[in-house]
Amino acid sequence: MSGGAAAAVAPAQRPAVAVPALKDALLTALVAFGLFVPIVGLRTDVGANGGLVLRQRWGDVAVLVGLAFAGRLLMLAWRAVRGDAKPATAARTALLRKAGTFVAPVLLALAVLLPFIPGTGRYELDLGILVLTYVMLGWGLNIVVGLAGLLDLGYVAFYAVGAYAYALLATIFGLSFWICLPLAGILAAFWGVLLGFPVLRLRGDYLAIVTLAFGEIIRVVLLNWVSLTGGPNGVTGIPRPTFFGLPFSMSGEPGTFAGFFGIEPSPVHRVIFLYYLILALALLTNWVSIRLRRQPLGRAWEALREDEIACRALGINITTTKLTAFALGAMFAGIAGSFFATRQGFISPESFTFIESAIILAIVVLGGMGSQIGIAIAALVMIGGFEVFRDLDEYRMLVFGGAMVLIMVARPRGLVGSRTPTVALGTRRAIGAEHVAEGRG
Amino acid sequence: MSAPMLSVDTVSTAYGAVQALRDVSIEVAQGEIVTLVGANGAGKSTLLMTICGDPRARAGRVAFEGRDITALPTHEIMRLGLAQVPEGRRVFPRMTVMENLLMGAQVAGHDPAPLLAQVFALFPRLKEREAQRGGTLSGGEQQMLAIGRALMSKPRLLLLDEPSLGLAPLIVRQIFAAIRDLNEREGLTVLLVEQNAYQALRLAHRGYVLVNGRITLRGTGRELLAMPEVRDAYLGGGH
Repeated sequence: MSGGAAAAVAPAQRPAVAVPALKDALLTALVAFGLFVPIVGLRTDVGANGGLVLRQRWGDVAVLVGLAFAGRLLMLAWRAVRGDAKPATAARTALLRKAGTFVAPVLLALAVLLPFIPGTGRYELDLGILVLTYVMLGWGLNIVVGLAGLLDLGYVAFYAVGAYAYALLATIFGLSFWICLPLAGILAAFWGVLLGFPVLRLRGDYLAIVTLAFGEIIRVVLLNWVSLTGGPNGVTGIPRPTFFGLPFSMSGEPGTFAGFFGIEPSPVHRVIFLYYLILALALLTNWVSIRLRRQPLGRAWEALREDEIACRALGINITTTKLTAFALGAMFAGIAGSFFATRQGFISPESFTFIESAIILAIVVLGGMGSQIGIAIAALVMIGGFEVFRDLDEYRMLVFGGAMVLIMVARPRGLVGSRTPTVALGTRRAIGAEHVAEGRG
Repeated sequence: MSAPMLSVDTVSTAYGAVQALRDVSIEVAQGEIVTLVGANGAGKSTLLMTICGDPRARAGRVAFEGRDITALPTHEIMRLGLAQVPEGRRVFPRMTVMENLLMGAQVAGHDPAPLLAQVFALFPRLKEREAQRGGTLSGGEQQMLAIGRALMSKPRLLLLDEPSLGLAPLIVRQIFAAIRDLNEREGLTVLLVEQNAYQALRLAHRGYVLVNGRITLRGTGRELLAMPEVRDAYLGGGH
């Protein structure tokens, strides 16, 4: 009886929800139609006689508009079923935190064991090196953007400085990689301070513009100072890394890595060595960041991000606080840059375009500004995902953009948005994501 | 009176072409509570900020404990034994209460444990909220946190900029009671900038009235409260 009554009521209520949803979906379809007609519907091809021919592809447009309509409808249906989106509660934050303490060691163990996992070939290792390079860059930029709150759009400049520092020192003066590595870091840090001075008074949008310009200046100088940098031809013949003096060569002589350890020479040795090298460098960056966050300097960075005027009132030297953030962030980029140079054996200004800065910044923002593990996951997803979808060719960017939008819609404060206090009397409580910066520099 | 702890001598300050302070002279002696009252835009906060060197005085001299601090950079001034509670509280919103307090202790470098105990004794509410984020506190609690944070540097002179701003009368009384407590028990010298003239002048030993960047009246708190100009202009004649 009561079941029948409920069934009778339900259809009567449904139109109240369904009609606006249908309208909404139709509107979405209309917008999609407006967009796809010029983008997809009309296409110019070179005709038989060499002139341009307008080709019409209404079928494709219909499919896309249909997809937009169905997608919107599905989304609305899902929302209706799920109810209003709940903000991340403290309980959920605590749960995520628990998961986080578990995820980090597992990821680390995976990273350490990767070269020995069966099925790992040269391709996987190369991809691992690439991902770890971006993890390191993300952690380095996190010091500037995530901790000190200084929006830096020209981070790749320091990466370039480090790469060219190693390339030039090694090719011109014949210095070894292990001497050049700290030198490249110091040089990049020096450039970080150099950038830091003129932008001390700038914040937010203005800072972003100046750092963006700085990144471009470095690239343009590298491109045009042909006598030193080789200009667009780049620097070739950069020495490959040695195992603390033992070169990786296929000859198997006693003076080589394989000969010294009495193993079969293999080109994979060098890749594995590079993999562990970048893993160690990335972990160093992580360790320094985590340590510094608990030190007065790191706390001053975070306070600076929160409120500059309050920092002044507390007697914090804003100048040194900002400059150290720029210098330290730049130093890690420089170290990563010299690793990049030794790995590639060839560098040119093409590797240091603005898109690199944008990707690194995206990793930091998507990961959740200030979160070490979030940045590592974001780098894995972004760089790894980019490789996984390589077969999609030109649609790869579409997937990439869509994924970024999805992450920002679902988790506006980044994958790991909570912030762990650096000090507490009793138990440490994570600070819920709802209190952490949302999609802003 | 021996040499004052803080002396501001014929100081003028300007923001660009706009003159904010003209030949202002005030003195704060050791152990005093001195109140600066005045209308919006009279230059009260500017005077407090000028003492801290931001903006810097265009003319005149600021001295703290006999030392000329007019030309010192802000962060060095704030290390001499002054602490400022800035206008609008300005706690660090995403940092916990504990982290906020430790930020206050950081520069001076005193052992934070006894200072924390002192702040928690003064404001037990902060102890309860110790692990909570600064931005989630109520206005009154944020003001307590801002004062507590300033006290963590163990200052000899506390500069307070509008501590009653936007707070309920009950909370204002609590805050003012705490200031009196600090002054009487710890011997802390206080320079207080307030729009809430009645309570501020009752609390103060001495006071100054600032109008359009000039000191127009001075006297003990009681004297100023009794002056008809003060009553009409700042007390609404209601008290």
